[in-house]
Amino acid sequence: MAAQKKDIKFLTNPNIGRNRKKYCRFKKMGIKYVDYKDPEFLLKFVNEQGKILPRRITGNSLKFQRKVSQAVKRARHLSLLPYLTDGLK
Amino acid sequence: MLKQYETVVILSPLLSEDELKSTITGYTKWLKKKKAELVHQENWGLKQLAYPIENKHSGYFLVLEYKADNSIVSELEVEFVRDNDRVLRFLTVLLDKYALQYNDNKRAGLVGKNRKSSIKKADAPTASAE
Repeated sequence: MAAQKKDIKFLTNPNIGRNRKKYCRFKKMGIKYVDYKDPEFLLKFVNEQGKILPRRITGNSLKFQRKVSQAVKRARHLSLLPYLTDGLK
Repeated sequence: MLKQYETVVILSPLLSEDELKSTITGYTKWLKKKKAELVHQENWGLKQLAYPIENKHSGYFLVLEYKADNSIVSELEVEFVRDNDRVLRFLTVLLDKYALQYNDNKRAGLVGKNRKSSIKKADAPTASAE
């Protein structure tokens, strides 16, 4: 008796690991300026320790990765974001 | 050549209200005296700092946006260093055309924190404008 495909039970979710195409959110949303005075927005681009996330994770285009890193560094100078910390998120 | 700059100043939390007012008006008057055109001024009030500066954990944030000659900036920063008992930190940024548009939109309530009430309405015109 051949098992039908829908009857097969997977031990793990087969959709995990199938990578979705990353995109640059600035290009997609039409954002032209990254505001350094908005720390809540910049939190999306730093990890728990407050380090800037690489492009391969965020999917930013090079142009906007540069603007993001500039904005994060300005926010750090103004003490809106920490230079280093633990448990930021 | 006139360019538009934005300066963020963090003032000491130990200042009394009168001292705070006089310092802020001092800077705006100084800009006026130097014939800089103050475009926008914003007081964020007392805010928690992400890390202590000069052993202080909070500060008054002041944002000044002005059109001025490029020599003004260094002179203004000299003023900040001169009052270094009142000023914890400052940062001056040259605004490009996208930044100017962003700030205009922000003041009109199209982007940023004050957007909440008009999220859906605001998205359409900004997308079409670009």
